[in-house]
Amino acid sequence: MKLTLAGAPHLPPINTVSGVMKQVLYALIPAIAAHVWFFGLGILFQIALAVAFALALEAVMLKLRERPLEPFLSDYSAVVTAVLFALCMPPLAPWWIALTGMVFAIVVAKHFYGGLGHNLFNPAMVGFAVVIVAFPLDLSQWLAPRQLSPGLPGLWQTAQAIFTGSLPEALSWDTLSQATPLDALKTGVAENRLVTEIRDAPIFGDFGGLGWEWIANFYALGGLWLLYRRVISWHVPVALLATVVVVTVPMWLMGPDINPSPLQHVFSGALVMAAFFIATDPVSGCSTMRGRLVFGAGVAILTLAIRRFGGYPDGVAFAVLLMNMAVPLIDRLTRPRTYGH
Amino acid sequence: MHDLEVGEHLYRFPGGLKLRHHKQIACRDPLLRPEMPEALYLPLQQHQGPAGEMLVAPGDRVLKGQPLSRARNDREVPVHAPTSGTISAIKAWPVSWPPDSEAECLVLQPDGKDAWFETTALDDWRHADPADLIGHIRAAGLAGLGGAMFPTAAKLRGEWQQVHTLILNGSECEPYISCDEMLMRERPGAIIEGGLILARALGADEVIIAIEDQMGAVDESLSRALAEHDPDDFCRIVEVTTIYPEGGEKQLIQVLTGAEVPHDGLPQDLGLACLNVGTAAAARDAVIEGKPLIERIVTVSGPGIKHPRNVVALLGTPVSDLLAAAGGLDDDIERLVLGGPMSGLPLASDLIPVAKGSNCILVLRREDTRRVQPVMPCINCGECVRVCPASLLPQELYKYLKAEDYDETDSLHLFDCIECGCCAHVCPSHIPLVDWYRHGKGVLRERGIEDARAQKARQRFEAREKRIAEEKEQRRLRREQREQKLKAGGDAKSEVQAAIERSRSKSAGPDQDGDS
Repeated sequence: MKLTLAGAPHLPPINTVSGVMKQVLYALIPAIAAHVWFFGLGILFQIALAVAFALALEAVMLKLRERPLEPFLSDYSAVVTAVLFALCMPPLAPWWIALTGMVFAIVVAKHFYGGLGHNLFNPAMVGFAVVIVAFPLDLSQWLAPRQLSPGLPGLWQTAQAIFTGSLPEALSWDTLSQATPLDALKTGVAENRLVTEIRDAPIFGDFGGLGWEWIANFYALGGLWLLYRRVISWHVPVALLATVVVVTVPMWLMGPDINPSPLQHVFSGALVMAAFFIATDPVSGCSTMRGRLVFGAGVAILTLAIRRFGGYPDGVAFAVLLMNMAVPLIDRLTRPRTYGH
Repeated sequence: MHDLEVGEHLYRFPGGLKLRHHKQIACRDPLLRPEMPEALYLPLQQHQGPAGEMLVAPGDRVLKGQPLSRARNDREVPVHAPTSGTISAIKAWPVSWPPDSEAECLVLQPDGKDAWFETTALDDWRHADPADLIGHIRAAGLAGLGGAMFPTAAKLRGEWQQVHTLILNGSECEPYISCDEMLMRERPGAIIEGGLILARALGADEVIIAIEDQMGAVDESLSRALAEHDPDDFCRIVEVTTIYPEGGEKQLIQVLTGAEVPHDGLPQDLGLACLNVGTAAAARDAVIEGKPLIERIVTVSGPGIKHPRNVVALLGTPVSDLLAAAGGLDDDIERLVLGGPMSGLPLASDLIPVAKGSNCILVLRREDTRRVQPVMPCINCGECVRVCPASLLPQELYKYLKAEDYDETDSLHLFDCIECGCCAHVCPSHIPLVDWYRHGKGVLRERGIEDARAQKARQRFEAREKRIAEEKEQRRLRREQREQKLKAGGDAKSEVQAAIERSRSKSAGPDQDGDS
């Protein structure tokens, strides 16, 4: 009889890192499917590209840092980063954007800081911030949703657009691309047009952007499942969404002509996705539960401020990165009261 | 009357885990007494605190219940002979704590007669002086049977305010362990009588028996016993929600009162005392029958044992005897645990003897145990924070322990960790968090000892410096006095001269008094 002497607890663990990451990926499936429905197959190419680059770069960095490949390549953390990044890309963005994004996400934001668990900043958002600053034009070319499109590009056309940058003759960027609803709002308000007037444009749907609002719903669906599975805690999504509503309701009531409605805010851009999938990134987020409330509220306020005052139509990525900087301070100030103290 | 209501409302403690119980597998069969072991191994220290004074030597014949050691104060706990026989040796033998270690044990060779030493019961305990009750309990060698083995006498009297409520802890919350459940089913009357005795010893006017809400049969048997043994309605049964670790003393008090034991205090500071139901039954046996603590119920369970069951084991029985009594082991045994799967101690050998706090022997196969490798980095998922019943930040503690920043772990209240194991159980990175906390506490304790030693050395040094300085000062003062006298030399000389002259004239004169 050979007895082992490891300390308690003795039961087998009930969770694994790869299990957590895989559940995040499963939760993204509804939103990805909706994305494909509204904007075509492009997103699948973006995901495939980003995942391939992410895993390749992860392997290279593990090798250079002399870390074991197997446990870290199979933990799915790089895959989650890649998929979240890809979901922020226009469907026909050229392939080298995914490469650039993944270099900054995986190499710089993750491995330069010590790899899994040690990154201060959300890797997917670092990658996104770099490419939106570096290639603003390529990232503004969004496809129109299915209802407004003369025909979404097919498989071959999508591949050609992504890998060669050329579109089939029948299609052109003018017909294909559209301002996103947030872009339209931003430029419209800047031109002193009324929000109600801007919202008459066909790209707007019932409460958000056409197509976008449904993708947001599916993100929320996946997010609720993650909450149910206890992969994420309620603190960040609730604080984030509640803050958006609390801040925008009075503004909207006071000036409905110049301020978009709370629903418009929630259901456009990456806000719902951020609430459930990005601001909930555990590694770069807060450790304490009260800190997570502060973190979510901070992301909401910064996003709204960037949307209103900043140079970018959506500010989720920058808001998350700015709040990442504040995490150590928030954690220190929100330590829970220990039993008996 | 006191302000603190106990058990009127149930409160929640933060965190905790719902675990699969696995208790019934060991409760299907009645209690079993294993055959008399070939030898019993009795360490003199089976409790928290210093060992008592040894009263026997190798070669001595002893009777059942005869004290083998003597307590000189409430922190010491005597050990008694569990059966009659001969003390054949005192030798180093494997013990459970620290893991993989040995301690000096008395080896008792049973003679098979099981002949009793004289027993001293206390007549009319209902009117006995509390000090007599506590004296009896101390002499009977009681230490907390729940596992912590705290000397019972030291819990019953001390420098604190009046204890108004005695909590009898029957909510054994760890999976597999069912010795208390078995005891509450089999000897409910003994628990109630013991509770009344302990309450009298404490001066408490209320006894709360806390059991888990999943213990149906227990509630029934205790209620019947209450009707019989508690005519004055001193005792009350309270069912608490089964959520690990609600049976921890601090958590149970929080559940029953909503109050928290101060981090630098004791339950007694709240007017409460919390004792295990097994301790209560042992107190009853000590006072009413005069029997010392020489045996206890032990659960032998787990997926790796053929016939899980509860046994009544003499203290000192090697674990191997208990395993045999429970049908023996399956193949592929990976771990023996003393206690439960969440916080129990791994045993290095099956020779280790049953002691006063041994509530359960858990047998785990390879697939039931935790893989040690690979440990992934912490991803700060916060599951540990959610389950921590002490509201600590386990992942932050780990971070600072890894960085050897022990001051920071102290300010994160590492010492308030109760080592329940919830955090490590849910950690997706499989970090052995409890091991890290034990290590950190060890380092801090050692540093505390070193600090104390350094402080003592500094005090000694300073005292010496001061003494030397004082001596110097005194010497200086004496010198100054002398010098002053010398300076005033003229006067002194004339004085001396005068004195001499005086004496001369006296000795010459006739009016001499006799003794100049």
